[in-house]
Amino acid sequence: MPTKLERMRQCATYGKGGIGKSTTTQNTVAALGEMGYHCMIVGCDPKADSTRLILHAKAQATVMDLAREAGSVEDLELEDVLLTGVFGIKCVESGGPEPGVGCAGRGVITAINFLEEEGAYTEDLDFVFYDVLGDVVCGGFAMPIREGKAEEIYIVTSGEMMAMYAANNISKGILKYARTGGVRLGGLICNSRKVDREDELISALAEKLGTQMIHFLPRDNIVQHAELRRMTVIEYAPESKQANEYRTLAKKIVENEKLVIPTPLTVDELEELLIEYGIMEADVEGAAEPTDPKLKQ
Amino acid sequence: MEKRQVLDPTFAAKLIEDTLSVYPEKTRKERAKHLAVNDPSGKNKVISNVKCRPGVISSRGCTYAGCKGVLVGQIKGMIPISHGPVGCGHYSWSTRRNYATGKRGLNNFVTFHFTTFYQERDVVYGGDKKLDKALDELFELFPLAQGASVLSECPVGLIGDDIGSVARKKEKETGKWIVPYNCEGFRGVSQSLGHHIANDMWRDWIVERYEPKDLDPDWEPGPYDVVYIGDYNIGGDGWEVLKIFKAIGLNVVARFPTDPNVWDWPKAKYAKLTIVHCARSTQYFAKSMEKKYGIPYYESNFIGATDTFESLRAIAEFFDDKIKENVEKFIEKWTPFVEKVKEEYRPRLEGKKVMLYVGGLRPRHVAEALEKDLGMVVIGTGYEFAHDDDYEKTYPKLGEGALIYDDVTQYELDRFVEALKPDLIGSGVKEKYVFQKMGIPFRQMHSWDYSGPYHGILGFLRLARDMDMAVNGAPWKYVKAPWKKETEV
Repeated sequence: MPTKLERMRQCATYGKGGIGKSTTTQNTVAALGEMGYHCMIVGCDPKADSTRLILHAKAQATVMDLAREAGSVEDLELEDVLLTGVFGIKCVESGGPEPGVGCAGRGVITAINFLEEEGAYTEDLDFVFYDVLGDVVCGGFAMPIREGKAEEIYIVTSGEMMAMYAANNISKGILKYARTGGVRLGGLICNSRKVDREDELISALAEKLGTQMIHFLPRDNIVQHAELRRMTVIEYAPESKQANEYRTLAKKIVENEKLVIPTPLTVDELEELLIEYGIMEADVEGAAEPTDPKLKQ
Repeated sequence: MEKRQVLDPTFAAKLIEDTLSVYPEKTRKERAKHLAVNDPSGKNKVISNVKCRPGVISSRGCTYAGCKGVLVGQIKGMIPISHGPVGCGHYSWSTRRNYATGKRGLNNFVTFHFTTFYQERDVVYGGDKKLDKALDELFELFPLAQGASVLSECPVGLIGDDIGSVARKKEKETGKWIVPYNCEGFRGVSQSLGHHIANDMWRDWIVERYEPKDLDPDWEPGPYDVVYIGDYNIGGDGWEVLKIFKAIGLNVVARFPTDPNVWDWPKAKYAKLTIVHCARSTQYFAKSMEKKYGIPYYESNFIGATDTFESLRAIAEFFDDKIKENVEKFIEKWTPFVEKVKEEYRPRLEGKKVMLYVGGLRPRHVAEALEKDLGMVVIGTGYEFAHDDDYEKTYPKLGEGALIYDDVTQYELDRFVEALKPDLIGSGVKEKYVFQKMGIPFRQMHSWDYSGPYHGILGFLRLARDMDMAVNGAPWKYVKAPWKKETEV
């Protein structure tokens, strides 16, 4: 049993859509839970699939869905939305509208305000993890990194070009809020896509961003096998190599003291990096010209 | 025409310069473009219809205010419903003395207001379903309504609720007319865009989609059919004008905003002439009728006797001799009355200096009445939300040296008034008490100060009487501020 942390640590995972944020978060939090830390996951995605592996079921009672039924968020009780999963991990989902209607960002704001007002952030908690959808598209999805919320951001990325672009963009968002609040970048988590020299590349990107590649998660199909069974690897195959990878990541996060204000790259710098590692070629033969003269600088 | 000087242009230019001097450089440069010393040739132009500078006190409203408060809220037969949180709808409810006949709750909903009362969950999940339900409830409560006007408030535009598709769906289900107005307040620079949106929606959702014969199979267009739009309808301004049209033999088939039967509007596309009073708020509609159906339009002014007679003669030019004769007969009949009004009031108002600051068009209509008919002198005027064409029409009507101030700030207007000491100010409720406290006679020229109507011949009498009361009956000179009390007993 680890000693109780002196203060609650609030972390958020961001990253390009589909990169594996929810899977990584849940597996990592499961590892933390296994170690004996008290954790909570706040899902900030209208799809409400940030806690499925911890709860062994998709959370039906999201904050916004219940608020919609009850009339308003003021009519809700905390226990209505706070669910308990494996290793005693508390789970709550903000919920929100189906694609194409309403404002999911406002849903995140409303849900997080509700959790604060209702005292969901109890003193016994060691870790709170916000799992935020895709990019920081509007103020609502930046809610977890505003003043007084998550102070450590972990960006899940891979060696693919667009995932790295997204990581750099998210760093820009963190930089904006870091100037006025306490949010810091805790590191990049490389969720491997088996791209050549991937760990070197992400380490180099991390260095340029002023941070670290906190862990390199190799690709392993056991993660998918566990997901199909609605479980984390920690629970499904606790003896597996992959489970140990998540445990290592969890341990690194517990011990992480390298919290920085990121130094995002310019597009040119990022492309230079990609060229250096062979992801992108300089002066590719037959590269298309910009379609509109206004695009030429 | 002889050059008429109302202020010394050098003095006026100096006043503008001094007033601007307190501003920070950027504001000074920008505001300078909104202020000018009039030259009737129009060579000193102001810029207009651009957004206000941060930090100034402006009298402008928003797109929602222009759409709902000025136009859409007045439509008879349509139930107005504001789609959004409660405030916008509630505080724009019955703020204008708009009159319409009919039975309240049966075919007249002008004094009603409804809202979908948007809540946080509607923002998150979208308010389309709530609007859908609200419309069902409205038509259950008011089955005789012709339809409903759906007015978007800001959050609806921010989250992208599709009120157009709700309107189309409910039209199919209910057979009612449902017109969606995307008039979110954050759009545009003033209430002006709201007018434009309303005009376009009337064309697209009412006039073009319905036929008069759908509602009245026996209806046939006639040779003297006209559309009359854009009177101010403060206390029923338009009724004064409708009486005149009747007297000269014109048949008003569709009208807005006085007593505006929405079910008559499809007839607008068969009229012979569109007569516009307030060109700022309704000329878009008139222009689209001209473009699409070839119906000419004429910008009239029925405030003040001279302009009323002039407008009638101009309107008669679009018709045959019968109408021309009727107009001449009408003018002949009423000229003695007009002369009597002038005889009574003009001596007491002659030469009195007036400053105006009103909406998008009124200053030039009112200025003409005050100057031509009552002998007053307009030494300054401006518009809250006019466009360049309004100013182009204004310059020649004012004397040389008159101050022109576009979207004037409270500070600028205060300074101008202090320096020019007018005998009367005509402006709105936001300005009223400031200037009354300065001891200057004031008339509200948006609401006619609970008087009016000022349109037409009888309206001219009321206008003259009210201006006289304000200027000459001023109790202000008898009122002394308590702290200025003389010490002697």
